[in-house]
Amino acid sequence: MWPTSSILLTTPRRWSRASENLTPDTIRLDGVEKSFGAVQALAGVDLVVAAGECLGLVGHNGAGKSTLMHVLSGNLSPSAGTIAVGGQTYERGWNAAVTQSQGVRCVFQELSLCPNLTVAENARIVHAALKGVGWKDRAARLIRDKLDEIFPGHGIDAADEIANLAIGKRQMAEIARAFTVTEGALRLVILDEPTSSLDAVTARQLLAYIRKETARGTSIILISHLLGEILSASDRIVVMKDGRKVADRLAAEFTRNSLVAAMGSEAREHRRGAVRKAAGDVLVSVQPEPDGGAPLEARRGEVIGLTGLAGHGQTRMLLRIFEGRGAEVKAASAFIAGDRQSDGVFNLWSIGRNITVRSLRALRGGGLIDLAAEARLSEVWKEKMAIRTTDTANNILTLSGGNQQKALFARALASDAAIILMDDPMRGVDIGTKQEVYAMIRAEAEKGRTFIWYTTEIEELTHCDRAYVFRNGPIVATLSALELTEEKVLEASFAEHAA
Amino acid sequence: MNRRLLRQALPFLSLAIVLAATFYVQPRTMSYFGLNLMLQYAVPIALATVAQMFVITVNDLDLSIGPFVGLVSCIGATLLFENPSLGILALLSLVVLYGAVGALIHSRNLPSIVVTLGLSFVWAGIAVMILPSPGGKSPEWLKALMTFQMPVIPFPIIAAVMIGLVVQLALMHSSYGVIARGAGGNPKALSRAGWSMMNTKIAMYMLAGVFGVLSGLALLGLTTSGDAHVADRYTLYSIAGVILGGGEFIGGRVSPLGAVVGALTLALAGSFLIFLKISPDWQIGAQGAILIIVLALRALVTYGEQKR
Repeated sequence: MWPTSSILLTTPRRWSRASENLTPDTIRLDGVEKSFGAVQALAGVDLVVAAGECLGLVGHNGAGKSTLMHVLSGNLSPSAGTIAVGGQTYERGWNAAVTQSQGVRCVFQELSLCPNLTVAENARIVHAALKGVGWKDRAARLIRDKLDEIFPGHGIDAADEIANLAIGKRQMAEIARAFTVTEGALRLVILDEPTSSLDAVTARQLLAYIRKETARGTSIILISHLLGEILSASDRIVVMKDGRKVADRLAAEFTRNSLVAAMGSEAREHRRGAVRKAAGDVLVSVQPEPDGGAPLEARRGEVIGLTGLAGHGQTRMLLRIFEGRGAEVKAASAFIAGDRQSDGVFNLWSIGRNITVRSLRALRGGGLIDLAAEARLSEVWKEKMAIRTTDTANNILTLSGGNQQKALFARALASDAAIILMDDPMRGVDIGTKQEVYAMIRAEAEKGRTFIWYTTEIEELTHCDRAYVFRNGPIVATLSALELTEEKVLEASFAEHAA
Repeated sequence: MNRRLLRQALPFLSLAIVLAATFYVQPRTMSYFGLNLMLQYAVPIALATVAQMFVITVNDLDLSIGPFVGLVSCIGATLLFENPSLGILALLSLVVLYGAVGALIHSRNLPSIVVTLGLSFVWAGIAVMILPSPGGKSPEWLKALMTFQMPVIPFPIIAAVMIGLVVQLALMHSSYGVIARGAGGNPKALSRAGWSMMNTKIAMYMLAGVFGVLSGLALLGLTTSGDAHVADRYTLYSIAGVILGGGEFIGGRVSPLGAVVGALTLALAGSFLIFLKISPDWQIGAQGAILIIVLALRALVTYGEQKR
């Protein structure tokens, strides 16, 4: 039997890591299946997480990672198979209330905080024990202490309303909340793309904390598209593909290339193409604000990177260009949102409508929208962007996150805009999709489109002709393609902090 | 930061301005009896507004609260007067019915506006069946309570402050109030944390039922006889009161104290317009204008806040 062998494989490891911890503090999945209608998202997954282990989980979009995570966190009940945790085996009746009481927590990629509540009140939501007289103070202390422990110097007040926090800080609050303990043990924390909105410093703080927490016996499942993160933080890595586990080995046995190979897409080296032809006329020029900094300029056919620590003025710059405030913009622009949920997709609309909404003016015929032309346009871009759907009339939410993002790219690229503004659009997008989009950006830039691209992933700057480094608002460094290295970017981002 | 404070203070400022204007137009209202007279009908409106606020907290809207208050006044003037235990049973079952409506709306994922709009006719129909024409009698204790003469401070003011403070404490400061507001802010997050959205909705609808009953009884104590249509305007008053008080239709952003203040403002605005000798035909329009002015002010403040 498979389950037995997987126990045998993992038990010695558990002894060696935490000899005093012999309790069955693991979660064990046996033959877990999940189907949505005809689609089988999980096709029999066996998974064991030992106490104090950090398990890396990787896979393409649609590999079943999210489904597996939703099953683990009790949001979806499996169609078949069993889940064993804390000495109890669940065949059915595995739900969010049970996972809470069993100490299984999950940090979802699309955050699960209530925006109308304060940080402390959000802590109360996951802790039934925080009640009675003085609960607010206890909740505030609980979350403040955890934030201090994980992200020293976080600058978040427990009385801050979530809606008033930047997305990076919201993510920090949610991560800290998942690690808080009141009554009952904390067994397993599932982190889904936890660093997607964090800057380099806070991401490093989190990875260091993962080490600390696992040493205390808590298990962690880490899902991330940043393979460096997975390789350095995990003890063991499970690779998923088509709803199955295709590899399960110690992290040390993987390299970046072997990991990508296991996921089923070829590892392409990030190399810059041939030196590009001389760029065209200036389309965007932004003079620095009175508080200093360098000017920004973008020419026709250029790919411009905006970098630096997350939330240091890059998005503000994009909005300035988009709205033409204090910026000289000589062509139409389109905006690709990074925060899909809040300013990207129209939740109730079809995929097609989501793609064509930026081009409706061009699709008019006699004052009305030419529906046939609209359908044609969305079909063309569905093909071009390889959006994985059978029908563009389906609701946008039927797509996986990566494919939703492709639809947002299609919306901008299908339009007449010559300038494409991108607000960290690759947040939580899988490698395969990224490669396809990178190629598309190259091709469109060759055709004369200008891209202004805010990215939190330094790797992505290799696609840029020039990058501007932001720090505390203004541009502090301008790096041409030849000087664009990780060291230079970090140096510019941190120069002041070192002093 | 200042703007945020300003937004929170806006309901209170509106009340102060309407109050000052009333005092200016009719200085005689600036007395114990004047205030008592002007504000006594604000108590049932405030209770209905709080009922509405519970429903708005979980992102729904109750278009049946007005006729419901009317129905309660009819039951109070007949059943409760003639047979107190049967009357209490009837009122309790109304509260349970409210909870059942919440359960239905949640489980079938129905639009609350449609369900409660339909229900408003059901309530009105039952009320007319109980009391075809205005009549009946208020129980003595209700009359006594509502016409209670407090020393120094008029009773309606004490009552309004008490209602506001109790609900403020329960919804904004208790640990269960957080769950209720969280259900409006992000229902998914709430169920992911193991809370039952169903139970939360039922609880909020039942609370709305409780405050609807209280509103009907308070109104009956003032009018001393039942009338099926006595509170038809309360539906819009209550929604306006919640919004005037700083609440928002979706997102679990409500303010109990603000809602009570909003209800007081609306009630006062009615008196103010009477003192201005504006004909009753124009009063609803004039009240609407006051509402629009206040909401426009709030929109301006919020807009400035976002722009920074």
